[in-house]
Amino acid sequence: MFGEGIIQGLVETARNFFGSYVDKDRLVTVQYPEERHQLPEATRQFPFLLYDGADPEAGLRCVSCQICEKECPPQCIHIEKSKDKKPDFVGKLQFYPAVFNIDVSTCMSCQICVEVCPFDAIRMDNQFELSTSNRFAGLLYTKPELAKSNEYYRKIHPTEAAECDERRAKEAEEAKAKAAAAAAASAAKAAQAAATSPAGAANGASGNGTASTPVEQPAGKKPVTQ
Amino acid sequence: MTLPAPTADQIWVWIKDWLVFHTPAPFQPLASILCIVAAIIVVFASLFALTVLLERKGLGRMQNRYGPNRVGPFGILQPIADAVKSLTKEDIVPRSADHVVHYLAPLVLVAASFLAYAVLPIGRNMTAVNLDAGVLFFFAIGSATELAVFMAGWSSRNKYSLLGAMRAIAQMVSYEIPLILSSIAVVMIAGTLSTSAIVDEQARYTHGIAHWFVFTPWGLAGFILFMIAATAETNRSPFDLPEGESEIIAGYFIEYSGFKFALFFLAEYIEMFAVSGLGITLFLGGWSSPVSFLAWIPSWIWFFGKLLALICCFIWVRGTLPRLRMDQLMNFAWKFMLPMTLFVILSAGVWRFLPATIAGSGALGAVVRWLVCAFIVLLPYVTLARALESGRKIEKREYRFAE
Repeated sequence: MFGEGIIQGLVETARNFFGSYVDKDRLVTVQYPEERHQLPEATRQFPFLLYDGADPEAGLRCVSCQICEKECPPQCIHIEKSKDKKPDFVGKLQFYPAVFNIDVSTCMSCQICVEVCPFDAIRMDNQFELSTSNRFAGLLYTKPELAKSNEYYRKIHPTEAAECDERRAKEAEEAKAKAAAAAAASAAKAAQAAATSPAGAANGASGNGTASTPVEQPAGKKPVTQ
Repeated sequence: MTLPAPTADQIWVWIKDWLVFHTPAPFQPLASILCIVAAIIVVFASLFALTVLLERKGLGRMQNRYGPNRVGPFGILQPIADAVKSLTKEDIVPRSADHVVHYLAPLVLVAASFLAYAVLPIGRNMTAVNLDAGVLFFFAIGSATELAVFMAGWSSRNKYSLLGAMRAIAQMVSYEIPLILSSIAVVMIAGTLSTSAIVDEQARYTHGIAHWFVFTPWGLAGFILFMIAATAETNRSPFDLPEGESEIIAGYFIEYSGFKFALFFLAEYIEMFAVSGLGITLFLGGWSSPVSFLAWIPSWIWFFGKLLALICCFIWVRGTLPRLRMDQLMNFAWKFMLPMTLFVILSAGVWRFLPATIAGSGALGAVVRWLVCAFIVLLPYVTLARALESGRKIEKREYRFAE
């Protein structure tokens, strides 16, 4: 009534003013380029492509199925399928992307490409300092820029990556077991065939050759996937 | 003719005299004027830069932020960055604006704001123009800024700018009355309209304490009322309705960009310094020191020290109070400020005619006079505060959808 509320308010602001010089906890501002917050695990910026092992070309998980390209709402993904095939982590022969481009100026970070990918090949990155000095260059990410190792994925999204690795290891295990069973079955068949007619044994062995190579592949790859 | 030796108190006057002394005789009057004008513009424009930085840092700290700290050490070069930014920005004029008036408005505003410094005594013998009617000149020039504000609001041809200008005019006209009435008390006691003479009146000491008007009951009340009215007059928060960023975006200067916008900004602060300077002159003893043993500190340091203190108060108030509503603003001006200033005038009159000493009673006469004058101000204050409060019901608001 006599203006005592104004005095109280003035005291409050004065307390904040001096308090901010005394008590550092009051200042919640993070001085960004020098100090940084730990990014939350769920941070997502733009997609990247995952590869296993050391070689981004050979280990790229993408099989060029083009589901992400079709699902992408702003249509920022451009994929060109390869002519030949290369074996994937379970040893199955797959296509690979000859060209994989993402236009980050168009990408809206919706994560739909990640949701639809059946091969765990595309994930969301947490890099946010992506500004360029040129308006037209540097915003189209090509395969070498997009390919990032599984170790990197484990670093930025540990929980998600652990779950993914476990699932893939299981899949590889199953595929190996299946291949082994198939190999055993065909070997038994071959033995049986060899027993009935020795002339057919050579044919049977060469026929098994295609089936047994995939079994070798995951065995070599497995330590990397886990 | 030779110049006297410079003293710390009169150093600026001496520099001016020295410069004038070394110009050819026919150009001496012109050189004298140019020196003063250049000094005022440079000093107060630099003070503007300093104040903007202080304000941003101070407000930041009040809100537990750092404030600008990127440009230079502790952000002290921020005003330079701001200046470069506003100078290099595009100057946009609306197609349907009245181009001439739109162009003139910021110039008139800045010119009128700077003209007010002509009568401010910023140090001993440091009044640019020692007018006999200095206070009158100050208020006359102060009213010219209202014209500039309305020019800006009208010529932009924008609803918001016109609204802002209307608000500004209503507010400035309303608060000019308490502003002038509270300074009338000082004029009554000092018996002069000359700003230099008013300061001389206050620069006297008894028992080592200065005769500042703020030490009297009517002077203290008058000073508070004067500063409230000055806050409203310069459109500072909590009376920043003409700008009202959240309501009418920026008010009358919404259609200004680049350097013209910066001129509005500059004029606002220049006005604030000028009206604070007048408050210092009228109530805080101008360039005089409060106690006689500190009188060796140069007079201009006292003036700028007081000015900076008042600026800090302005910033403090801005950091504290929210913006008023239009009806609250008008009620406050006409129902509270105006009657209070009238009682301040009454109190000053009583102070003038009550004897300061009653023969043979020592200090009793002075105490009685002080108490009587304080009572004349306090009684209406309490009564008015009660009366204005009585009609209102303050209830806890129930929110149906929020929370």
